[in-house]
Amino acid sequence: MFFICFSCTNEKVDTYSPTPSALQIPQLFGDKIINPVIPFDNPQTVEGIALGKKLFFDPILSADNSQACADCHKPENAFTDPDRFSDGINGTLGTRNSMPLFNLAWNYDEAFFWDGRAFSLEHQAFNPVTDPIEMASTWPEVEQKLQDHSEYPTLFNQAFGTSKIDSSLVTKAIAQFERTLISSNSKFDKYLLGETSLTPQELNGFNVFMDENRGDCFHCHGSENNPLWTDNLFHNNGLDAIITDLGLGEVSGDPADNGKFKSPSLRNLAFTAPYMHDGRFATLDDVIDHYSEGLQDSPTIDPLMKKVAQGGVQLSPQDKADLKAFLLALSDYEFINNPAFKNQ
Amino acid sequence: MNKIASIIFILFSLLSCSSDDDNNTVSFSLNFSHNWDGTPVTNADFNTIKFTNAEGDQLSIERLRYLISDIKLEKSNGETIIIEAYNLVDVTNNQNLIFSPTATISEGTYSKVSFIFGFKNEKNLDGVYPDLNTVSWNVPAMLGGGYHYMQLDGKFLNSSNMEQGYNYHAIRAADNPGANPTFPQDTFFEVNLGSVTISNNAVFNIEMNIAQWFKTPHTWDLNVLNQMLMPNSAAQIMMYDNGQNVFSLKSVDQ
Ligand code: HEC
Ligand code: HEC
Repeated sequence: MFFICFSCTNEKVDTYSPTPSALQIPQLFGDKIINPVIPFDNPQTVEGIALGKKLFFDPILSADNSQACADCHKPENAFTDPDRFSDGINGTLGTRNSMPLFNLAWNYDEAFFWDGRAFSLEHQAFNPVTDPIEMASTWPEVEQKLQDHSEYPTLFNQAFGTSKIDSSLVTKAIAQFERTLISSNSKFDKYLLGETSLTPQELNGFNVFMDENRGDCFHCHGSENNPLWTDNLFHNNGLDAIITDLGLGEVSGDPADNGKFKSPSLRNLAFTAPYMHDGRFATLDDVIDHYSEGLQDSPTIDPLMKKVAQGGVQLSPQDKADLKAFLLALSDYEFINNPAFKNQ
Repeated sequence: MNKIASIIFILFSLLSCSSDDDNNTVSFSLNFSHNWDGTPVTNADFNTIKFTNAEGDQLSIERLRYLISDIKLEKSNGETIIIEAYNLVDVTNNQNLIFSPTATISEGTYSKVSFIFGFKNEKNLDGVYPDLNTVSWNVPAMLGGGYHYMQLDGKFLNSSNMEQGYNYHAIRAADNPGANPTFPQDTFFEVNLGSVTISNNAVFNIEMNIAQWFKTPHTWDLNVLNQMLMPNSAAQIMMYDNGQNVFSLKSVDQ
């Protein structure tokens, strides 16, 4: 905490400068991929992150003070919701599965949500507060509640140098906290760093993942050279023959984008069931069966989907089991148990 | 990925000693355009079946990106400039269609200007270019690692008149996938743009005729060769053969 005090004539003015807190870039990320995106007008600071964390866990952001971001983005689930569709404050269910939150600063195109409709984390955070099926509040109401609160005005002053609370500062603080949610300590990461070894089953599963003749997952979901385990791009991975949720197509207006959704990261799958944008698959076995024999053809299906006419890549039972073992080795238990990410 | 500077290293090596230094230096860039047997193609033409290849297959393009590297300018006196940089031309997202190396060149007549399609083997090292890793441009280690040269993806109408995906992915041809793959022949190639006289800042307008990838010497039947071509070294060598006539220098603006 640094207070720089200087007096002009008779008045004493306290200028508060928050403490910079650079993102801790994990070794593999620093070695393999380019730097994360941090907007120049919202640098990471100790005070901003702490404030963002408090807001993230505080139901004050919802209309009836009953729901926090963390209710649909639970730390123990890698910040997603184990329910297929989340309950909003009014008990209304949405139509999309919540999304896990980690390594968000490495989403270089900054397109958030399943369909990419929000540009930047700061803008994304405006949405849930006013979404009628989520927190169903209004920003003037939230600003007023925070302003009247016993602690928040001071915390905003410490983070941003003003105790006048407005929505853009709320979203900036939340975004700072979200950028600190870094997951880089899975078993597979440790294997790459030479700190542990994989079982033969996990190794074969990795080969299935990388083999164009078997899983061919790497074209969209990364590899040992891309620790994000996603391309953060939008694809139709063959879920439906008839597309009802247009996904990216709704946002771009281009029918060629219908049924395209953001490739999720394959980190932390042990904690993030159910799977896909609508949470249709309860288990990883269901997901693997989908790619193996459940593909549905549609005009926008990605050309990278293989053997669509036969339903998919036709993995053997052994390869399926090994692929699953490999995928689970991308789960990061230190991440979900990190006290810095939990509500105290 | 828009914000990625496409060069992470520019080693600018001037391999000559005896050049007369009174020449002015100028900057230059490579401007890549695309056509299908003469009809211009941009990403606006993607996602609809509107092209017909030499075999008669009707097809669409949904994704096209390719890597070029090591631009070389040679003078008849032996003076040679090699710009050791690379550029990932991303037609799908309209990115890096113009590549402007930071290096400058001297005015005069170059007897040969060329670049490499893909990477030479000694540059094609596994995982070493963070910007290319970031856009998942890698080749699996079981096939020798390194990077793709090209990804051309789309759909074609198969013999039952159904749309089917194809992935025309060019990489270094490899056999015996696994811990110790072998490499039957090189499949990167030099694109020779011919002789060029530079008198000012210059833009090399380079054309890729996409149809050529399917044409000579191998008439490409998408019903036979459509997916899983990366581990198929015979298909990789056919891509290499067909690639020889894909690029041409249309003009130089200066
Ligand atoms: C009622 C449940 C619910 C609440 C409350 C909620 N979210 Fe979400 N969140 C979701 C769902 C569902 C999605 C995916 C929606 C979609 O794609 O249409 C999502 C998506 C996101 C994403 C996009 C992640 C990505 O990778 O694209 C971010 C970031 C996010 N939420 C942050 C927040 C923040 C910050 C708050 C609190 C201000 C919050 N959420 C409150 C359910 C919720
Ligand atoms: C063409 C790109 C592409 C390929 C190839 C691909 N996926 Fe996916 N994957 C996606 C997209 C896009 C989604 C999200 C789709 C949706 O929800 O509509 C997804 C979703 C998933 C999910 C669900 C994750 C979650 O959090 O909901 C898993 C697990 C998964 N893929 C594993 C795999 C495996 C294993 C393979 C190889 C057998 C594979 N994928 C191949 C694009 C791809």
